[in-house]
Amino acid sequence: MTAADIAAAVRSGERSALEVVNEHLGMIEAQDLKVHAFNLVNAENARAEAAQIDARVAAGEPVGPLAGVPLATKDNLCTKDLPTTCSSKMLENYHPPYDATVVSLLRAAGAVSLGKTNLDEFAMGSSTEHSAFGPTRNPHDLSRVPGGSSGGSAASVAAGFTPIAVGSDTGGSIRQPAAFCGVVGMKPTYGAVSRYGLIAFASSLDQVGPLASNVADAAAVFDVIAGHDRRDTTSIQGFIPAAQAALNLGVDGLRVGVLQELSGGGGSVPGLAVDVLARTREAAEVLAAAGARVEEVSVPSCTLGLSAYYIVAPAEASSNLARYDGVRYGARVDAPTASEMTTATRTAGFGAEVKRRIMLGTYALSAGYYEAFYGKALKVRTMMLNDFARVYKDFDVLLTPTAPTTAFELGTRMTDPLTMYVNDVCTIPSNLTGHPAISVPFGLGDDNLPVGVQVLAPATHDTQTFRVAAVLEAAAQEARL
Amino acid sequence: MSPPTEPKLPAGWDLVVGLEVHVELDTATKLFCGCINRFGAEPNTNVCPTCLGLPGSLPVINERAVELAMILGRALGCQVNRSVMARKNYFYPDMPKDFQTTQYDQPTNSDGQLVLPDGFVVGIERAHIEEDTGKSVHVGRSGRINQAVYSLIDYNRAGVPLVEIVSKPDIRTIDQARNFVDELRAILVVTGVSDARMEEGSLRIDANVSVRPEGLAELRTRCEIKNINSLRSLGRAIAYEANRQIDLYEDGSAPQQQTRHWDENTSRTTPGRSKEDADDYRYFQEPDLVPLVPSPATIAAIDETMPQLPVARRAALVAATGADSVAARILVERAQDALALEAVAAGAEPNKVLKRLVNDLAVDDWSNLDATALAELIKMESAGALSASQAKQVLADLVESGGTPQTYVKRRGFEVVDTSELKSLLEQLVGDNPSEWKRFCAGDQVERKKMQGFFTGQIMKATRGKADGKMVAELLNNAALVG
Ligand SMILES: [Zn+2]
Repeated sequence: MTAADIAAAVRSGERSALEVVNEHLGMIEAQDLKVHAFNLVNAENARAEAAQIDARVAAGEPVGPLAGVPLATKDNLCTKDLPTTCSSKMLENYHPPYDATVVSLLRAAGAVSLGKTNLDEFAMGSSTEHSAFGPTRNPHDLSRVPGGSSGGSAASVAAGFTPIAVGSDTGGSIRQPAAFCGVVGMKPTYGAVSRYGLIAFASSLDQVGPLASNVADAAAVFDVIAGHDRRDTTSIQGFIPAAQAALNLGVDGLRVGVLQELSGGGGSVPGLAVDVLARTREAAEVLAAAGARVEEVSVPSCTLGLSAYYIVAPAEASSNLARYDGVRYGARVDAPTASEMTTATRTAGFGAEVKRRIMLGTYALSAGYYEAFYGKALKVRTMMLNDFARVYKDFDVLLTPTAPTTAFELGTRMTDPLTMYVNDVCTIPSNLTGHPAISVPFGLGDDNLPVGVQVLAPATHDTQTFRVAAVLEAAAQEARL
Repeated sequence: MSPPTEPKLPAGWDLVVGLEVHVELDTATKLFCGCINRFGAEPNTNVCPTCLGLPGSLPVINERAVELAMILGRALGCQVNRSVMARKNYFYPDMPKDFQTTQYDQPTNSDGQLVLPDGFVVGIERAHIEEDTGKSVHVGRSGRINQAVYSLIDYNRAGVPLVEIVSKPDIRTIDQARNFVDELRAILVVTGVSDARMEEGSLRIDANVSVRPEGLAELRTRCEIKNINSLRSLGRAIAYEANRQIDLYEDGSAPQQQTRHWDENTSRTTPGRSKEDADDYRYFQEPDLVPLVPSPATIAAIDETMPQLPVARRAALVAATGADSVAARILVERAQDALALEAVAAGAEPNKVLKRLVNDLAVDDWSNLDATALAELIKMESAGALSASQAKQVLADLVESGGTPQTYVKRRGFEVVDTSELKSLLEQLVGDNPSEWKRFCAGDQVERKKMQGFFTGQIMKATRGKADGKMVAELLNNAALVG
């Protein structure tokens, strides 16, 4: 059942929210030992919230648009009633004293969070293998990774544990796992969704966004969570989401650019798989057949995105993660002096990938290196913004693959960080520019695993991404039938 | 209160000082959250996720703090810029995020000046906005973190808005350094930017000190002196540090650039970190905040509503009352200049007004006293109806309870005995003491003076001191002429 079906059934009284929630909790109990999508399931809380919704329905009181819909919440979004760990030993027993804005909005809309989902530690990774609590597995093939860092949220939707989920996307952390798990995942315009209560990885890149089994459900979640929040200074004033209203508009007359640097197959994306490339080209044909004007387009600075990202994101992370010092909350390893205590705490509390990025970022910001690294990365960001602005004069949306390959096998990339980083090459540009992008499942690879294609749009044109994704989704479903 | 005398530097050397003054802004709430900004609350009671730097929390800038910073900037003649907040990354347990949100290469205010009361101009490099840290108490042998058994941290101060005012190295004497802080403090109070209380830590000073051979223009290696807790320490610390550096040069050595701490107990500066192992703060733009872009209209409005600054207020007081510079400085600092001006405008004698206020109105709250009452009081004093000590007592009454001076003059029995009453009293005394009267009327200069003392004393005794001495003398002389 889709989220829309569940909400309709609960609202009409046809099904009780408690029944829906129990059914999904049952699936988690039966199957999550294998998948490990969840760090923590809070059945009691979920049942209580579901019962409240049922009581409101029974009393004839209004319920929200996601009434009774089971939700999975990435474990880097603060929740008052559950620990929020970021899949790190550092925050293993950390209980935030407040809810993230997104968490409050979803609860107010009637969604029932069943628990907190696994991620790469502090959202740093592309496979959810960098979790202190063990990896999540891809429900389509348990020997494969679900992608990351929102691997737990994507796996939860793919396994049918929850029809919807929320994740965070700093360099592709919603879209790439969505592609690997065959679900829809969307990164909103920077500032469209509040970051208040999202535990920061890289503040200028992080965005919270929806994952769902279909485009309409993702749009419904987006419409609930997007909008201005006075507690987040970078959130856009006056942003009013209207994704659901655009789902049936079609693409007739829409100007679609196929982004050469990421879809050309000419070697500009190292390791871009032939099957993934083929699906992307087919997606372009589908849009052309539906009336869009499809052309090739070039954004040369795109190829610099990966390098710029791996300067900017670690630099901001090195500052954001400094607060985990053992002084106020989270893990503490005692030692004779304050600074020895902090060293011991960080040594024990952070995993290898987090340490690697803190060191990278610290180096990039250091006196004497700032201009060569961080300063230059900022210039690339500006260059990309200018390049995309120019392209968007002639195009409404752009099309690329979401990831260079389908889901890879567990353990195959852990030893080589660079091949892991290359996974993000197609998704990173949207984070550096702050533009919206969606990944929608489009057929299978040669290995029968899901392939995702990505639709990019200019800032605040989030609705366009859903609109185009709806057309691709319909075509993909038709082809399967 | 006389200013401490200027400690002497050896001949042949010039002093070069720049000051960095941290000032807590007088806002209702902290810089990035809604917590109350107040000194002296129970530890860790004014805190929230944002000022504790809890994971996921975000800053929202306090617009009043930005406004106060811009007001100060304009009062110092600064250019007010488009500015951005930056992160200064370093580790200290009382800093919740392990970075300080401050300003770096794009400060709110730049390129101003501060004119000292004697006309000397000190350039202002910048006045930027930043957040305060928490406060640590290290419990252990020395009160230093390295030797502490344990430490307690109070985060009430974390996130309190500060402005850091950085002067150019224009200061050449210890008096100028002290006057700089004094004048800055006067500006801060007059503009309502800060209460600027050193004893509560709402104004804190670091001094960059170097020396150079007299007459040279070069800037030599400087040391930054921290932990200066009073104006007195400021002078002593600069003097100690300058002499230390001069000794090094004269021994053929040279000072190292370093941070040094002033130790009040030993009256010495001791080295902190040296430049070699100084922190690299890894500044970068704060991604959780957006640039501060003041509109020309905002700046114009600040200029229009700018209160009269101390320098202009002192000038106005001097012009209207003939006050000397010390009195003008004191009264403006106490914000009693308007009172003095009004009292003088109401016809009170300027000299007496100034003297009374400077000497007898060093109080925190004088809101009960209005200018009309003050003017009347001074007029009574000028007319001889009240002695100086009586006027002082009545002034205290007015400060305490308000009202008019007449009320207290009556209540205290300070009314002067009138002439007819004195005349009959004198007639009686003449009748009772004929020989003394004779000696007064016929005696020589010495005798006459002696007897005048006798009769005045008797009259004062009879009136319990209420009689006006001048009037008694006049009556005595008139009566003697008549015989
Ligand atoms: Zn606070």
